Amino acid sequence: MVGISSFGGYIPRFRLNRMLVFGAMGWLNPVNITNARGEKAVGNFDEDSITMAVAAGMDCMKGFKREDIDGVYFASTTAPYKERQNANLVAGALGAPDAIRTADFGGSLKAGTSALLSALEYAAANEGGNVMVCCADSRLGKMASAQEMRFGDGGAAFMVGDEDVIAEFKGSFSTAYDFVDHLRGAFTKYDRMWEERWIRDIGYGQFIPEAINGLCDKVGLSAGDFDKILYPCPYGRARKTMNAKMELDQEKVADDMLETVGDTGSAQPLLMLASALEQAEPGEKILVLSFGSGCDALYFEVTDAVKKNKGGGGVAKWMARRADLDNYQKYLVWRGIAPADIGVRGEEDKMTRWSLVWRNHKAFLGLEGSKCKKCGAQMFPPQRMCANPDCGAIDEMEPVYLSDKGGKIFSFTGDMLAASVNPPAIYGNVAFNGGGKNVFDFTDCTIDDLAVGNPVDFTFRIKRYDPHRDITNYFWKAVPAVEEVK
Amino acid sequence: MAEGIRDKVVILGMGCTKFGERWDCGSSDLLIESYQECMEDAGIEKKDIQAAWIGTHIDEVNLGKGGTYVSSALHLPLIPVTRTENFCASGTEAFRGATYAIASGACDIALAIGVEKLKDTGYGGLPDSPAFGQEAVMIGPNATAPGMFAQLATAYAAKYDLPMEKVKEAITHVSWKSHQNGVKNPLAHLRKAVTKEQIMGAPMVAYPLGLFDCCGVSDGSAAAILTTPEIAKKLKPNDPLVKVKALQISVSSGEEAMYDKWDGASLLTTQTASKKAYEEAGIKDPRKEISMMEVHDCFSITELATMENLWISPPGKAPEDILNGFYDLDGEIPCQTDGGLKCFGHPIGASGLRMIYEMYSQLLGRWPEDRAVKDPKLALTHNLGGVPASNVCSIAIFGVD
Repeated sequence: MVGISSFGGYIPRFRLNRMLVFGAMGWLNPVNITNARGEKAVGNFDEDSITMAVAAGMDCMKGFKREDIDGVYFASTTAPYKERQNANLVAGALGAPDAIRTADFGGSLKAGTSALLSALEYAAANEGGNVMVCCADSRLGKMASAQEMRFGDGGAAFMVGDEDVIAEFKGSFSTAYDFVDHLRGAFTKYDRMWEERWIRDIGYGQFIPEAINGLCDKVGLSAGDFDKILYPCPYGRARKTMNAKMELDQEKVADDMLETVGDTGSAQPLLMLASALEQAEPGEKILVLSFGSGCDALYFEVTDAVKKNKGGGGVAKWMARRADLDNYQKYLVWRGIAPADIGVRGEEDKMTRWSLVWRNHKAFLGLEGSKCKKCGAQMFPPQRMCANPDCGAIDEMEPVYLSDKGGKIFSFTGDMLAASVNPPAIYGNVAFNGGGKNVFDFTDCTIDDLAVGNPVDFTFRIKRYDPHRDITNYFWKAVPAVEEVK
Repeated sequence: MAEGIRDKVVILGMGCTKFGERWDCGSSDLLIESYQECMEDAGIEKKDIQAAWIGTHIDEVNLGKGGTYVSSALHLPLIPVTRTENFCASGTEAFRGATYAIASGACDIALAIGVEKLKDTGYGGLPDSPAFGQEAVMIGPNATAPGMFAQLATAYAAKYDLPMEKVKEAITHVSWKSHQNGVKNPLAHLRKAVTKEQIMGAPMVAYPLGLFDCCGVSDGSAAAILTTPEIAKKLKPNDPLVKVKALQISVSSGEEAMYDKWDGASLLTTQTASKKAYEEAGIKDPRKEISMMEVHDCFSITELATMENLWISPPGKAPEDILNGFYDLDGEIPCQTDGGLKCFGHPIGASGLRMIYEMYSQLLGRWPEDRAVKDPKLALTHNLGGVPASNVCSIAIFGVD
């Protein structure tokens, strides 16, 4: 049986109230008031599609061994690199082995479901194997646009294989159309779209029912047989019309999270799926669709194993740690929409030295440290010689992944002198659980959230963006431990 | 068995520029200024100098690498000139080079000079240089010196279970005292007395350090001419001589940064170097025997922690000593008698030599009464460079005969 064996979701901490956006930009586009309902999730200044995909992946991977991962697929329309495989950054952060299959999926909002389909086909063709699908998006609309209102940031991840499957893959149906509702050229930062009435009526209005009917014909079911149907469509009235036309029970059509998270692009259907699996009961039939240059429709049936899901799970805990971003200008600066002066200190040039990065890639991407086989001391960055002054053993180290170990705050500060788009720069020494320590940036918190001894988790984040060379560098940061929602 | 350098080296002369925002001066101007004063004080000629050491830290915004900038600026006659760099101990390292040259008998007369031109960066604070190497650039926080030292305060408060207000009260007194002393010093960068309310209420730089918890970033230079006691007696037969009693350096082993025993609130290097220095100088009880000190008060919290790590205030008791005025100009061990880094300023490569300049001048009774320490016997200087978890500490002790 091939299917999903674990899942994870990720929603960044901050929410931007859409009336705040309208209050700032409504003068330019008054009709945008129709989109100014609810709030959207926005990544912190140090988040992008890679970091959100990793966050979802870290949750998804709980209960699995790193060495059992056979592949990592990354899907996004907002990947930071055109050349330099983005999936390898995700795989490296997850600490996946070297001998694995990786691939980047992009180009349309179907990218997430296409990656999931490819992973399912990999598992079917290889009689198992664990392929991680990590998907996230962080799309930008211009100031005052409908897209700026709707687009939200988020990600989801799935482990696909044939063991302990919690949602069995039962079939799929796809369409491909050069239907240009939204587009971004290779050098374009902001989304551009055609008239929305056309997108609504000819796009969603025709392609979604077509895909649902296509899948139903293929697997010999009718739409009413599904317990949950998940599809993205930002037009509320169009959703109602479609549901009525297909005789879908409103309760079975899952919330698209538009008013709480926003349109998360290629991650949208996968985030909905993760949320659905979080609440799923054995035997449920789930139909999930993507929309973008056509549709993918995937049919899953939830198994008994869902009750003992190993994954860190879902979306609820991320929803629960929401915090207001009560400042629209901050959003503009963080996303690089409005230029801001962070002082001459912030202009100091820092080259990325790729040969150095390669030598240290396990430490930089995976937070791999070393553990002394002689005395048990754990240390980061990895050492050849033990740092314990009473040991000092040379080349007696074994690698140890610290990214999922967590730690405790040892010392901290909030620095107003350091160049930052989110001052104060909060950083400090963190003692790893199990020994050793390192100085980390803190993120997703204020200094008032910190105290010496408090527990922290580690989260993969953007370390620095080099605007001269268009290079995004990543490393791990400390974040106050997120409590599981029971 | 090594016998150390106690009483083998004499300071024959010293010079120190005014520290501050010397917009009109480059490194060479500053070097010439301290060199001239130092040579006049020593009473020798350029041809008498047999070797020189130049202490400077941030070459990127200053004078580059090697010894050539200094040898050319001072037109030293083809003698060995060596640049020493060891964070904020760079000036004391230059002094150590010259001291070792004299003590070993390799030279009769040597020059130690330090300089730093910091005010060509275009922004406040120290330049953002890759001080801990390129690997640290990739993974370390975009940290500044105040942010790294501020962590001493959070760890100290946690270790001794003190509310931050108590720590803040003590470090406020530290800065207040240095401003009191700086006012009286014409060479100091910052010469304004401030109230404790001003210090407490100043904008935050790095929690819990406010603006007045941070030292000045300055341009400046200081220099020393060293020789043997025999030559000094010949050149200055009627003068008291300032001798080097001890000189010790301790550098972090990685234990603080990577291993689990360090408490984050103390400086292992200062503990180690001071212990060795007291032994070298024959000091048994530093709290009773040291007459005065210049310590590395890059930040007020550093001075607080240093007082304990020099074994002068007992562990956890520095706040009490500080608030009791133990380290004030009229206290038991006057500290930062020239205003310290806080007010004299901190041109990194010059700072160690500036401290020695102050102790040398005090030991020779050169200062007016309002800032003179009465009848000093033993003086200590202390530098701490780097960050609390990874640093270089230098301790020097001087006496007058």
